[in-house]
Amino acid sequence: MSGHLLHNLILFGRVLRGLGLDVNPGRMMDLVSALDHIEIGNKTDFFYAARTLLVHEREDLELFDEAFELFWRKPAESWDVEWQGLTRRRRSTKPIVMPPPLKDEPPPAANDSDSAPQEPMTVIEVTRTYSDREVLRHKDFAQMSVEESEAVNELMSHLRWKISERRTRRARPGKGETLDLRRTLRRSLRAGGEIFSWSYREPKLKPRPLVIIADISGSMERYTRVLLHFIYGMTAALTQRVEAFVFSTRLTRITRPLQIRDLDLALKNVGELVHDWASGTRIGESLKYFNFEWGRRVLGRGAVVLIISDGWDRGAVEMLDREMARLKRNCHRVIWLNPLLGAADYEPLTRGIQAALPHIDNFLPVHNLASLEDLANRLADLDQR
Amino acid sequence: MILNSIDELQNALRERNYIAERGLATSLYLALKLGRPLFLEGEAGVGKTEVAKVLASLLDTELIRLQCYEGLDIHHAVYEWNYTRQMMHIRLAESRGEKADEAELFGPEFLLRRPLLQAIEQSKEKPPVLLIDELDRSDEEFEAFLLEVLSDFQITIPEIGTIKTPNPPVVVITSNRTREVHDALKRRCLYYWIDYPSFEKELEIVQARLPHAPEKLARQVTGFIQALREMDLYKLPGVAETLDWTTALVALDQKALDPVIVDETLGAVLKYQDDVDKIKGEQTRVVLDRIKAEAT
Repeated sequence: MSGHLLHNLILFGRVLRGLGLDVNPGRMMDLVSALDHIEIGNKTDFFYAARTLLVHEREDLELFDEAFELFWRKPAESWDVEWQGLTRRRRSTKPIVMPPPLKDEPPPAANDSDSAPQEPMTVIEVTRTYSDREVLRHKDFAQMSVEESEAVNELMSHLRWKISERRTRRARPGKGETLDLRRTLRRSLRAGGEIFSWSYREPKLKPRPLVIIADISGSMERYTRVLLHFIYGMTAALTQRVEAFVFSTRLTRITRPLQIRDLDLALKNVGELVHDWASGTRIGESLKYFNFEWGRRVLGRGAVVLIISDGWDRGAVEMLDREMARLKRNCHRVIWLNPLLGAADYEPLTRGIQAALPHIDNFLPVHNLASLEDLANRLADLDQR
Repeated sequence: MILNSIDELQNALRERNYIAERGLATSLYLALKLGRPLFLEGEAGVGKTEVAKVLASLLDTELIRLQCYEGLDIHHAVYEWNYTRQMMHIRLAESRGEKADEAELFGPEFLLRRPLLQAIEQSKEKPPVLLIDELDRSDEEFEAFLLEVLSDFQITIPEIGTIKTPNPPVVVITSNRTREVHDALKRRCLYYWIDYPSFEKELEIVQARLPHAPEKLARQVTGFIQALREMDLYKLPGVAETLDWTTALVALDQKALDPVIVDETLGAVLKYQDDVDKIKGEQTRVVLDRIKAEAT
């Protein structure tokens, strides 16, 4: 191979990396050896060879195609302009920035705060007295000052999240109903081949996956910041997969930026990814998009779905009804969290909520810290299936 | 069969009634030449599994299939001891007044070979095609294990020893994307996304696979399916549905599509009641009129 081509290949690899594609040096080496097997003069074959080796996500295919077109086919002069257009579209990269957590790990908080007087109140007590905390626990997120919501974010990070487990199809030795012939035989061999007792296997348990779909439309604006903190906290605290989506007029997946282990950076990345902050609400359409594009991919394995919205919908109610029904069929539990439910005189009369209610398992408030604590208890206590 | 170019491979596939896009042929060819697993993704019914089958036939070798499911473990994927036989063996030895020999009990005779072990053992003679079907259905534990197997193609059975092969099997992995497969595994593979075929390609597939179907019918069915794929449906029909539908219509002795027969047989194409309701009746007529207008 000519040195010129090799040079260009390496440059092309660097360009793809710059666009956020997962291209490593090993793959580039593979591509070089692949060139022995194809006619380099044939652009189409070269294109497909590079593509099959350098891309392994469907979402990246389109970006690769454009980058290839630009890099290998366009004359140099048109490069700069079009290049800028491409970089602007770069895909959201996986979090590479992983600064260490800023503070020491907080001491493990007891599960229910009121029955645990021995709980050491270390970090919090410095700034808040007990009664302050009680007031804060019950204050509506929407009415909080900046300082108060900061304090709540801090308190929120001490909430213990756990989602009840489900039976998997894997088994482990235990007191189940399936015979464990492997262990039975092994034990019998020790007794010279005589079976004195049978061994059994029981199903392994695993926490359920969690999917959060949050409304960030205009009517939810006062809650959005706190709720994003809440979602971030859940993602960080739970060991299982947490998939997070936000919507107002369209749905955006924010799972990846939320994996960054620095809260501010994570929220900043979310902010850049989402383009429809505080605009209108189209719950039905957003859920439809979720069902069509993501449902099959994230709802398996008995997932629990949390929808956070006030139910003010400007879209078609029939669609919301249909899509909620579809969502319900495909997951274990649908929990709808509504900040308005915290108000004493609230009645779920909006057309959106009316359409959604029959398909909801739990309809809960999410307006203050106490309601989040309640949610935490419920999530830990769902039945198995 | 020794393949020397992508063209040759593409033609060989075509001879076996598999119509492959140039991109897929390139990926396959490189997978064979570089000895790497091929990772195929795409919607259901676009012919992912078929690739492995036709490849086995083309290489004149055996196809070993591992169907994935949740909870698939090493005992079903690699090997298991035949406990019932072992227990019988112990009893029989006892009845002869002997004691069963443990080394014999855990020897090859009592070993049940599951697909992964089979594939590695057979590779010593002639590498088979190993199809790991619908990997997305398995769980993360199995994925991690598979990653290990794919990196060195050797399996250790404590009682017997390590089994390995100098020439690895041809590995084809498929996924319907019901779950994201881990990047580490995909990085080991060549990747190809099988898209729905164009009208011409799909017609070619129908005619290659179902040569008895009247041409007019084949054209109309293909056109109808292509139109459906542009619609807002929950589950779009794949090539498998095109072939099923054509087969059904041929069995019903249809020479062409009409609104009545379409509505009656729509169940072969659309697998969700919502989708059937949406198309049945008015939409059927609209689409039929459109493809008839395009044909003239």
